[in-house]
This record gives sequence, C-alpha cells and structure tokens, in this order.
Amino acid sequence: MKVLVAVKRVIDYNVKVRVKADNSDVDLANVKMALNPFCEIAIEEAVRLKEAGVADEVVVVSIGSKSCEEQIRTALALGADRGIRVDTEDAPDSLSVAKLLAKVVEKEAPGMVILGKQAIDSDNNQTGQMLAALLDRPQGTFASKVAVDGDKVQVTREIDGGLQTVELQMPAIVTTDLRLNEPRYASLPNIMKAKRKPLDLLTPDELGVAVSSNLTLLSVEPPAERQAGIKVSSVDELVEKLRNEAKVI
Amino acid sequence: MTILVIAEHDNNELKPVTLNTLSAAQAIGGDIHLLVAGSGCQSVADAAAQIPAVAQVLVADNDAYEHQLAENVSKLVQGLAASYSHILGSSTTTAKNVLPRVAALLDVNQLSDVMAIESADTFKRPIYAGNAIATVKSADAIKVMTVRGTAFDPVEGTGGSAEVVNLSDVCDAGTSRFVNEEIAESERPELTAASIVISGGRGMGNGENFELLNKVADKLGAAVGASRAAVDAGFVPNDMQVGQTGKMVAPDLYIAVGISGAIQHLAGMKDSKIIVAINKDEEAPIFQVADYGLVADLFEAVPELEGKL
Repeated sequence: MKVLVAVKRVIDYNVKVRVKADNSDVDLANVKMALNPFCEIAIEEAVRLKEAGVADEVVVVSIGSKSCEEQIRTALALGADRGIRVDTEDAPDSLSVAKLLAKVVEKEAPGMVILGKQAIDSDNNQTGQMLAALLDRPQGTFASKVAVDGDKVQVTREIDGGLQTVELQMPAIVTTDLRLNEPRYASLPNIMKAKRKPLDLLTPDELGVAVSSNLTLLSVEPPAERQAGIKVSSVDELVEKLRNEAKVI
Repeated sequence: MTILVIAEHDNNELKPVTLNTLSAAQAIGGDIHLLVAGSGCQSVADAAAQIPAVAQVLVADNDAYEHQLAENVSKLVQGLAASYSHILGSSTTTAKNVLPRVAALLDVNQLSDVMAIESADTFKRPIYAGNAIATVKSADAIKVMTVRGTAFDPVEGTGGSAEVVNLSDVCDAGTSRFVNEEIAESERPELTAASIVISGGRGMGNGENFELLNKVADKLGAAVGASRAAVDAGFVPNDMQVGQTGKMVAPDLYIAVGISGAIQHLAGMKDSKIIVAINKDEEAPIFQVADYGLVADLFEAVPELEGKL
C-alpha cells in the first residue's frame, strides 16, 4: 500500500506571532519556519506503517512556493520515500488545497492519505475533511490510533469527552491528533540521504485546478490584551477576594 | 435569508452549546432552522422545538445518522443546503468533522471558529492560536461556518413552539461504520460548558496529584482541565487539555495550578472572566494574565484552598 502525506510549512510553534503595523496580516518576515507539528505526526505515522510492513511507499506532498521544499526535505529525512511540490504562490485557501490534493491523489492512487488535523497558522481544521468529500472517501479525523486490517482501517478519534472508533473502507483519509505518536528526530545520515531522494514538481495547470478564493482577508489585529491583576499573599486572601470582590464563588 | 443551524446532541439531549450557536445565527439575522440529525432523537427534536429563536426544526431520524458519521450527515446537509444562505455548527469535534465536508460538497470555503459577526458576509475569527484576530469577508453563495460557543451568549431555551418537519431522505454512504465509543464518565460538568474550571500543569508532578484538583473541583462544581505540558507528560488524557490544540474555555472563574502560562495554553483560556494563578515561580508568565496571583507551593496551597471553600 502506498501512503500519501500532505504537509504544510508554517511559522515555528515557538515563535511569538506579531501583527503588522498596518494590520494587513501577521508579520512573517525573517521568522523561523518549520513543519506544522500535526504534519510531523502524520509523517511519523506513515513511516511507522511502512516499518510495520503495512505500507510499502510513503509519498509526501506540499503545496506552496519553492521555500516549502525545505519542509518536504525534512519529511524525507524522517523517512518518506519521495516528495511532490505543487507550485503555488502565497497560501491558497483550504478548498483550493483540497482540490489540488484530490488531483494528486487521483494520480498517485494511495491506499491512505494522512494529514495533520490543522495547521497552526490558519487554524482551519478543514483540508482533510474537504479532501475526503471531494474524493467521496471516508475520513477518520483527529486520530489517536490507526490500525489497518486488510482493506479496512480502524481509526480511534479524539472527540469531546472521550474516544470514538470508526471503521473505514480504504482508500481512506486520516487526520492526526496530538497523541497519535511521538515523532522521531531526523538523524544526520538520513538528512544527507534525503537530499538525494526524488522531489517532483507539479503545477495547478497540470493538475487542472484553477486556484482562486472567495475569501478576502480584510484585516488582522492583535487580540485584546489582558491586564495583569494583583498578587495575593495567602489562600485566605484569595478566597476572600473571590467571594467578595470578584463574586465568582 | 434563512440560516440552517446543526444541532449538537447525543440522541437524548440537546447540548447547551447549540443555544450559543443559535445566538450567532441571530446576530446574522433572518429565519433560523435547526437540523436534528440522529437516531431515536425525538426528545432532542422536542427540546429544539421549544427554542423561541427557531422557526422550524428539521428532524432526520435514521440509523445512518446515529453516530453523526461525517460521510452520511454531510450528504444530508448538502441535500438541504440550496434553501439556505448560511449553515452554522458549533466548534465541537462533531461539527468540525462534518462541516468542512459539507463546504467542499457545496464548492465553498468554510470559516472556522467564528467569534464575532460583523455582517452577513464578514466575520472575525482567531488565527495563530488566538494570537491574531482575522476579519474575513466571504463571497461564497452559502456561508458555512463553525462558531465558538464561548463568544456568544446563549439564546433562551424554552417558550417557543417551532414547526417540526420530518425528513425522509436517507443518506448512507456505506463507507464508514461506527465501532465503539469510550466517553469518560464524570460527575463534573464538561470543560467547555463549566462556569468554573481548575486546571493543572507540569507542576502537578504526576497524574495522581490531580486528585488535589478534583477535590477542589467537587466543592466548586468545577470541571478539571490540564495544560498541554501535563498531557504530553502523560499525567492526564488529552481530552482534558485546554489550549490552542485542545479545548477553548471561557468560564467565570479559571484557576491555573502549576501552569507556567505558555502561549499555547493562554490561547485556550484567556477569555475567562476571572483568572487565578497558583504557581511557586513568581516569574511565570501566567501571572501576567491572572487577576489574582498566589505565589505558593501548590501542594500546600491547593489542599488549604479546598479546606476553606
């Protein structure tokens, strides 16, 4: 079985986000970029499926400008076999990304597609579900466990209040939650090897997708700042304040 | 302009967050229809019909919808969509699973986690874990969105008598099957619905020590949460996580115990009305957002707090 993993280049999760002075967007100039954490978990899961003999090839795909080849190489260093970049400018919206991915899936015909449940920049949590809809295939979102059994896969999902397990006919789309696995670090020899792994380039034209969007970003503002309050010196004072000043207990 | 809201329920009870989502629908304006898709969900439909803000309740009662499988429910909603200008769901794992699928079937985008309605086509939503707020305008014919419940006050739940329409169409994709569910049984309120939340972080040391928080929670009728650090360390399960990648809460009172206050955690709780921080490190960033800070060893302060409540 072939596994396709879609990854996104995003701001490193340790970087403090700043809004541009003109409120047009977030300032990403000279900011450290990285593989989206949920995408890292997706790569790890695919590589584990290969190591377990369930998958025989892991293909990683990213959509964006040349700079996102850095993240494809990272995925290759973590164990993916080959990469595909779909060349676009800027960040297309979720629907466009899903349409492009659907075409890549048609070309590659994987048994499973694994994506992160959301990117930590746009926080949309949409692409996997949209891809599944466009392909008319079942989805296992927010996965904390993936178990392949013949032509079916059981996915345990993190839902509000607990866990839900569903059984999906493959090909299926899986999106990862935090507890699915703990991604490995790339070793130096693997980073070197990744440089020689194949990385193909596709264009939206070749895939027959017109990238456009009905969404317009009007402005971006920093959130309302919260003022620091006071320090209390004892539990007694805390309880007194909560009872009589804040009146919340 | 008519708006379709997807009811959040478990086939027995209508979840309160539905009332918050209806409030967002009211802010957009127009007639509101509420879809109850489930199996054996008559009691939910009855409750839905009593909400004054709702003009019509659509009930799709069939085995295919029992567990809200996205493959089936999305096709049901797609079939209804042509009559609506907006389709709204709550920011829960159920709606987040289904609605993007609906949007793609309709060839439109989805707006996730909407926190303010500026007009019928312009909305505010958090990006970068709430470290920035985007104002987005949508030109899509049908606006599909999930709504952050804590950002909208709930509408009245009783006093109305909406028309109830039973839908007979059954959409069963046949590609997915429910296997089982493990819902954590708890006497305590759900994290996102609780008016008081007490959360522990890495400072708790281990999972057993969360019992200290449980005792306080039981006295206050509070829910118990955790920071990502505590979840990553394996102290407590992921469904207790408050933060960017966990649950968003905005209770009247949030008590952060042994939590340093990483950006990722603050994103999930900084809209709380009153924040209390108990931490032995007085430099911890959590104190910058706390209304009341107590610099103390939590293993002494928390039992003392419990004793005084």
